Order: sequence, then structure tokens, then C-alpha cells
Amino acid sequence: MIEVENLTKRYGRHTAVDGVSFRVEKGEILGFLGPNGAGKTTTMRILTCYLPPTEGTARVAGHDVFKAPLEVKKRVGYIPETPPLYPDMAVRDFLDFCAKIKGVPGKERKARVDEAIEKTRVGDVRDKLIAKLSKGYRQRVGLAQAILNNPEVLILDEPTAGLDPKQIIETRELIRGLGGDHTIVLSTHILPEVEMTCGRVVIINKGRVVAEDTPGNLTRRLRGAGALRLEVRGEESPVEEALRAVPGVLAVKARAAHDGLLTVEVEAEPGRDVRADLAWAVVTRGFGLLGLQQVGMSLEEIFLHLTTTDAAAAPAAVPEAEVSA
Amino acid sequence: MTALRNVAAIFEKEWRHYFGSPIAYVALFVWTMLFGVFFYFAFTFFLEQSMRVSQQGMEFGGGMKLSLNEYLIRPIFHNMAVVALFVAPMLTMRLFAEEKRQGTMELLSTAPLTDWQIVLGKFLAAAGLYALMILAGLVNVVLLFFYASSPPEWKPVVSGAAALFLLGCCFLALGAFVSTLTRNQIVAGILSFCLFLGIWTLSWLDNPMAGPVASAVAYLGVTTHMEDMVKGVLDLKDVFFYLSFIGFSLFLTHQSVESQRWRA
Repeated sequence: MIEVENLTKRYGRHTAVDGVSFRVEKGEILGFLGPNGAGKTTTMRILTCYLPPTEGTARVAGHDVFKAPLEVKKRVGYIPETPPLYPDMAVRDFLDFCAKIKGVPGKERKARVDEAIEKTRVGDVRDKLIAKLSKGYRQRVGLAQAILNNPEVLILDEPTAGLDPKQIIETRELIRGLGGDHTIVLSTHILPEVEMTCGRVVIINKGRVVAEDTPGNLTRRLRGAGALRLEVRGEESPVEEALRAVPGVLAVKARAAHDGLLTVEVEAEPGRDVRADLAWAVVTRGFGLLGLQQVGMSLEEIFLHLTTTDAAAAPAAVPEAEVSA
Repeated sequence: MTALRNVAAIFEKEWRHYFGSPIAYVALFVWTMLFGVFFYFAFTFFLEQSMRVSQQGMEFGGGMKLSLNEYLIRPIFHNMAVVALFVAPMLTMRLFAEEKRQGTMELLSTAPLTDWQIVLGKFLAAAGLYALMILAGLVNVVLLFFYASSPPEWKPVVSGAAALFLLGCCFLALGAFVSTLTRNQIVAGILSFCLFLGIWTLSWLDNPMAGPVASAVAYLGVTTHMEDMVKGVLDLKDVFFYLSFIGFSLFLTHQSVESQRWRA
């Protein structure tokens, strides 16, 4: 549905997006993840034909954003970071205007506006001026505007920014509900959001794609590098020593917990399962093994891993090729 | 067909904005009030003059009548052209500046509209409101046709109103262009006004003694082309001048809107 190839956008000397490529299949919800200033908004603006790319191509539903912008615009619903609304219009009038400029035929217009109002639950403010709405309602009116003409593709730039927790949950549910019928690209820097709503994640940093996979796979691939947590009864230094001797273990750190128990964090080589060996090592030395648990990296840690450009941290990160393969 | 519908949608939105805010009412009020005031003074002056003329006529024989067109209607059109100079920035300063500040340009630019449709819709909305203002002012003149003992000629009234409309449209088109240059309405308003004033003064160079350069520059002055039309002489070259001025300004507006995306 969306094909982005080698997309580059330069503002003068500054390169905001640098050779980004990805694909989104029909009905998929793609999370676009990255720190602020990573190039998310720029990429989305190119996909919606608001900005022309400097290099590379982007196609939406088979139409090139540069060569056939009108065809692309007809098929895309978009909410920028701050929803573009006219404060001096009432919600219904605003949506009616949007339906007109999106080419919704006159006969269907009222029905479509009502449907969008219902889907985004803005019915109780339909006759209020937009200037008087709270941030949450504005965000929803923005979403209503985007789904008015039932577009094949929805591009949502931080749709939950500035909402309260209840509204965030509602918006996520709404987005999940829209997936399937619509192909959705959603940008965010809130990680749980991606885990909850998206089928696939593209992590972008400094204009480049650093990882692309399902949230589950990303976590799994990196789990090897993640920690194991053991609960052991015994002395601190002999336990550490015993565990360090296990092949494949990179680092061991024991902490005294309550009741003479130790909590031991073990970091193992990526991709190597050392759990059985660890258990064996503990038990044969006569310590008591009370728990062994894979901690795994949360998406948050992966994200930090991939987007921290600290040179010292770089070798610890999983090689780019392996993740984005 | 869709193009027309899109232009109409933008037009309607702008009108809604004009009439949903005080802008349209203030513009209409100022315009019709000044039209009325000028009409009143021109009318009193006309009465005094015709009294004097008829007295002279009685004394020396062979009474003559003053023309309403020449002594009443023509000066009003000239005065209203000055008012247009002040009112036009009011109508155009927010056209694009506000969309840019509110971020709603992104809504228009990502909707299936072309830049031309946006520019035309906005310009026509401003021109439409301006036409309404002229019509409202002309009510004064229409009364003359009912109550004057010798009614004025209608042709110079129509061509004069057309000249006033075309002159105003030049300002509106140029004002729309200025509005694309900034996010700040006030800046757009002041800049447009200064620009209009500058163009206005060009026609001061127009006098019989002017050299070729001065006449060429004066030709660009928007009021130079009003003279004949207000007198009732509809010369195609004047109409053509106004239309090309408007066309060129709208072209600049379009280029500016389009280029902002490349530079954004």
C-alpha cells in the first residue's frame, strides 16, 4: 500500500531524512518510532504530499507522491502533530467543509460527517466552536477530519500527544478499530503505544531507519543480550564466581536482597540460552536456586539501545543488519 | 467540475469567516457610511452649484443644467477609490497569513485541492465581498434615478462602478500575495497598504508634460486607468490593464504558495 524507497529530504545543509526505505502492506498498522527530530514528521509530510522529497520515491496505493499528488491526497487521511482546525468554526461546520474539499459527494456528505462524529465520539460537542474545545476533543475532531472520506491510508502524527490517560486509551482503541479497513502509519515516541497498537515498527533515528520488525520480534531478537534474573540463597562473591564460570556469560552482578537472599543479574551472549547451565552451576555448588527468570529487554530498552549514538554503547547494540534483516 | 466545487468550497469557507467575524460588518459599515457621507456632501455641493448656475441663467438668459454624472457621481467614485485603498488590506491580510499561523495550510495542502483552487477561492471570496460593498453603496446613486428631475445617464455609472471594482480587485489580488509572505496578519496588512499607496502614487506622474519614462511608470499606476472609465469611456486597454494586473498578482500568489512547500 505504501512503498518508500531511499527517501531523502534536505533543508539546506541539514538532512532531515536520509535514505529511508520501508513498505506498509494493506490493512497493516505501522508504528513509526523515534526520538524528537528524528525525521518522523518530515517523512509523513512527504507521504501526504505536503513536502516534496529531495531524493527517492514514495508511492501510496501505487501513485507517486510527486507525480500524482492529487491521486495520493484523495486516498490519504492525515492528522499533523497539532490538528489543523479553524477555531471560529463549529465542529459540524468544520467537518462539513473538510468533506467538501475532500470531494465527498453532496448526497453522502451528511451521512459521512455523522459517521465520523460518531466514530470519534465528538457528538456532544458537534455544535460547539472549535476554539472552546479541550485538547482531547480537538485531537478527536482532527481524527474525524482524517477519516471523513474513508481513506485507504491514514497517517497519524503523534495522535495521542497531549491527551489524558483515559483519552489515550480511547484513541488507541479507536485506531486499532480502524486498522484492517485502513492502512495506518502512526508516529509516536511513546513506546507502550507501539506495543499495544502496531503490527510492525520502524525505528528511525537521525533520519535513518535503524530497525524494522514486529514489536514481538524486536524484543525476542534482542532478548539474548538482555538480562536473566536469578534468586539465589548463598554468599555474594562465591555465587558471582560460580556463575561467571558458565560459558556464554558476559557479566554477573549480585545484590543482597532480604532474608539472606541474593538477586543476581546475568548478562549472556546474544542468542545463547544459558539458563540450564546457570541452574546447574548454582545447584551443584550447593546454593539454593529459588528463581530464574528471563528479564528480556523492553521495547524501551531496545529503543534506547538503537537510538543512543554514544560510541561506547554502540558495540553493545545488536548490529543493524541483523535487526533490520 | 470538481475544480469548480473545490473553489466554491474555499469561497464559502472564506465568506463564512468574513461574516462569522466582525470583518465583513466593519468593512460594509465603513464603506457604506463613507459612501453616504461623500454622496451627501457632493449632493449639497451640486445643489448649490445648480442654484447658482440657474440664477446666472435667469440673469443672462439661456439657462443650463449641470450634469449629475459629472458633478455628483464621478467625484464619489474617485473618493471611494481612496476608501478602497484602506479597506482592501482589511479583506486580504488574513487570507493566507492566518492559515499559516493556525497550521491549517497543512489541511488545505494535503486535501485533494490544487494550489490554484485555493488561491482562486480565496481571491473570489474577497472580490465577492468587495462587490457586495460596491452594490450597497450604489443604492445612493440608484435613488437619483427615481427622484432626480433629469436622471443621470446610467452607462457612466455602470462603467464607473466597474472601474472601482477592477481597481479594488487589483488591490485584493496583490494583498492576497502579500498575505502569503508572512504568518502575521498585521504585518501583511501594513505591507499591503504601503504597497497599494506606492502604486497609487505612480499615477501622479501622469501629466501632459511628462517624458516617456514618467508616462510609462504612470501607466502602471492603477488609478490612471480609472479616469476614462469613470467618465463613461470603456476602453478595452484599461480593462485589459486591470485584468492583467489581477492575473499577474494571482500568479505571484500561486507561485508563493507553491514555493513555500519547497522551502518549508
